[in-house]
Amino acid sequence: MVEKTEITLDELRHLISDRAVEGETVLLNMGPQHPSTHGVLRLLLELDGELVINCIPDVGFLHTGVEKNMEAKTYLKAAVMTDRLDYLNTVGNNLVYCLAIEKLVELEVPPRAQVVRVLLTELQRIASHLVWLGTHALDLAAMSVFLYCFREREFILDILEMCGGQRMMATYIRPGGLWRDVPGEFDPAVRQFLKILPARIDEYEAMLTKNPLFLERTRRIGVLSPENAIRWSVTGPSLRASGVNLDLRKAQPYSGYEQYDFDVPTHSDGDTYARYVVRIEEMRQSLRIVQQALDKLPNGPVRSNNRKFVPPPRSELGTSMEAVIHHFKLWTEGFPAPQGSVYVPVESPRGELGVYLEGDGGPKPLRVYWRTPSFLNLQILPLLSKGHLVADLVALIGTVDIVLGDVDR
Amino acid sequence: MDDHLNSAVSALTERFGAEASEFRGQVSLLVSAENIVAACQALRDEFHFEMLSGETAVDYWPQQEPRFHLVYQLHSLSRNLRVGLRVPLDGNAPSLPTIEGVYPAANWHEREIWDMFGIRFEGHSDLRRILMPYDWEGHPLRKDYPLGYEEVQFSFNYAEINQRKPYAKE
Repeated sequence: MVEKTEITLDELRHLISDRAVEGETVLLNMGPQHPSTHGVLRLLLELDGELVINCIPDVGFLHTGVEKNMEAKTYLKAAVMTDRLDYLNTVGNNLVYCLAIEKLVELEVPPRAQVVRVLLTELQRIASHLVWLGTHALDLAAMSVFLYCFREREFILDILEMCGGQRMMATYIRPGGLWRDVPGEFDPAVRQFLKILPARIDEYEAMLTKNPLFLERTRRIGVLSPENAIRWSVTGPSLRASGVNLDLRKAQPYSGYEQYDFDVPTHSDGDTYARYVVRIEEMRQSLRIVQQALDKLPNGPVRSNNRKFVPPPRSELGTSMEAVIHHFKLWTEGFPAPQGSVYVPVESPRGELGVYLEGDGGPKPLRVYWRTPSFLNLQILPLLSKGHLVADLVALIGTVDIVLGDVDR
Repeated sequence: MDDHLNSAVSALTERFGAEASEFRGQVSLLVSAENIVAACQALRDEFHFEMLSGETAVDYWPQQEPRFHLVYQLHSLSRNLRVGLRVPLDGNAPSLPTIEGVYPAANWHEREIWDMFGIRFEGHSDLRRILMPYDWEGHPLRKDYPLGYEEVQFSFNYAEINQRKPYAKE
């Protein structure tokens, strides 16, 4: 055993100012068990009174080694680990991983599955934004918004449970399509949700958008210029709130997003309030996509018929020997993917979620790399928080919208 | 291939001896470690690849030469294009220059690669471990690093396994 050494300030010397060494400013630890850090984020703060001079994020408390684990599993079995990364965007994680596999092995996805995928990822986007809105408002002492947001989120989780059997981590999207078709009660449930939510979003807005307390806490707090946003690879609503119109659903459409009519909300202020406005508007736009997807949902199969990659449906196993063989082969040995690498990005609720997948000709991936938006968006927190009060730092942690499972992987 | 991307690829081939390849419609360029900063600079300033989308490494162990590939994903917002860069790296004390000066976002990416693969970045401003504890030994995403597992304890061997099981016990 190597003797464990205490970490000393010398190692962080380049991150703090000279005044800290002289004892003029205070070094304060915040987190990882702090309710406003949205998980296990630890921050080392250098404070001058209540002003943040330096902020040093310390991540990794939720590191689970998903990338390493995925290398040890076949492509199909590794899919269940994708839900666990960004636990507020489980469907989106499944989607990007499946898109990467489908690109690597050139697998077709039937139209019905494509539409259901879009529908569910948009519902998931709304659910994720609802959690963000609720917790962000809670950080700024608006308790009731939190309760209302979680009430509506439960609707969406019920719909996801209806489809995949679980509220959050169902691995419903599989390579080549979906696990199974959506049930009969799916359509009326989503339609009811579409009827309810617009008025509910108006309610949230009535509580926050013109609330002087909320404005005071968010206006001109953590201003991010478009140049800095691009330099620091910030993506998603945070980038759009800085006035850069980049939405991968529009720019590089996947899963048939080019067939839907929706707007990409942007804002020019780049402050915490702008990010709030953009996310609220995104929820409305997602509702438009859900409505269109539901109206055009075509009939047909929900998974590819290519039995070299996609396991046969359960119902065939009792009657077809071929199906049993394919089932057995795919769930034990897996399918081989060619040598080569693909990088597939999608627009998650937090920004560009990308998967770099490299195959070596065998049934297990050589390398799976997750380019997660939370990881990169968190990187600008020191930049945003400089010169603000500690109380505003709480608002800033909320506004970059991080999920620690996504940061630490 | 897109015209703009084509001109970028031919410029890099000419200047830095990059080798272009295409797989599933995605273009990637093989660049040597000493040229990576200049290549990124050229791509950002002359060919509008403003954003670094991702940066990671791949380990080809037991192959030693080159054992690692660094993979950079660049994104051009104005031209709506993507290009990958690959840097082969020897397995013996791997190190290469940082691209932090060109893309500041590489800071955490490179810390993560140092943490996970043990690849050093010369000139990096803050090369500490990021995901693993600071006193961790080894670099987990290397292929010669064992995955680790939990031994299943049954009633007949419970005590035996319990003895060697790594608990947080005093």
